[in-house]
Amino acid sequence: MSVRVETADFDISAEMARLTAGNTGIGAVASFVGKVRDHVEGAPLTSMTLEHYAGMTEAELERIEAEAQRRFNLSASLIVHRVGDLKPGDNIVLVIACASHRQAAFAGAEYLMDYLKTRAPFWKKEVLANGDARWVEAHESDDAAAMAWQTSEK
Amino acid sequence: MTTEKTTHVVVLRYFAWLREKTGVSEERLTLAPGIATVAELLRWQASRGHPFDAAFAKPEAIRVALDHAHVKPSASIANAAEIAFFPPVTGG
Repeated sequence: MSVRVETADFDISAEMARLTAGNTGIGAVASFVGKVRDHVEGAPLTSMTLEHYAGMTEAELERIEAEAQRRFNLSASLIVHRVGDLKPGDNIVLVIACASHRQAAFAGAEYLMDYLKTRAPFWKKEVLANGDARWVEAHESDDAAAMAWQTSEK
Repeated sequence: MTTEKTTHVVVLRYFAWLREKTGVSEERLTLAPGIATVAELLRWQASRGHPFDAAFAKPEAIRVALDHAHVKPSASIANAAEIAFFPPVTGG
C-alpha cells in the first residue's frame, strides 16, 4: 500500500518487483500506465504541465487506495503520479493492483484509476503546437465511470 | 450572556485556472462573520471585486476542499483551517 507523487519517471518492472517481493500469496498483478498523447482533438500537442495540491493529493490517493483494498481484498497496491512538465510519450501515472486472483486485480486497478481521475487533485495544462495553452476540462464520462462503482456496491 | 464567535482566520488556496485568474496561490485572511458555508464563501469571493469577481463568476464550475477533503457547497466552514478552490480535477 503506497502512493507517490513525483517529477521523476517510474520503472514499472522495478515497482512490480518491489511490490510483490516476499508475498507469494499474490497470484495476479494488474497494472495500468497513463501516457501523454501527442494530439488533442486532432491538434498536435507539444507539452503538458501537471499541477497538484500537495498534501491533499496524497491524502486523497490514500483514501482511494484504502477503499480499493477493502472492496477487492488486494494483497498490495501502488499509485505513482508524475507532476511537472511532460512531453508526448512520457508516462503520467502508474497503478498496480495485486491479488490472489485476476478478477480482483483487474477490478482493483480499474477502480483505482476511475477514482484517481475524479477525486485526486491534479490538473493538466496542455500546450499545443500552435502555441495555445489551455487547462484540460473534466470529462463527464470520467464521473460516470466512478459513479458506476457506487451503483455496483454489493 | 452571549459569547461572540472568535475570529476565524483561514488559509485560502487556489489551483489551476483559479490560481491564474486570481493571481493568488495562497492567502491568509479573517473571514467576515456570517460566512458559514462553502456556498456563502463562494458568493463572497464573487463579491470581492477584480480579479476575484471574474474568477468566481461561475461557482458551479468550482470545487472546494476543506482541510484536504472534498466538500459540497452546503458544507459548514466553521472548523476549517485551510480552504482550497479549484476546477474539477483532470489527473490520470
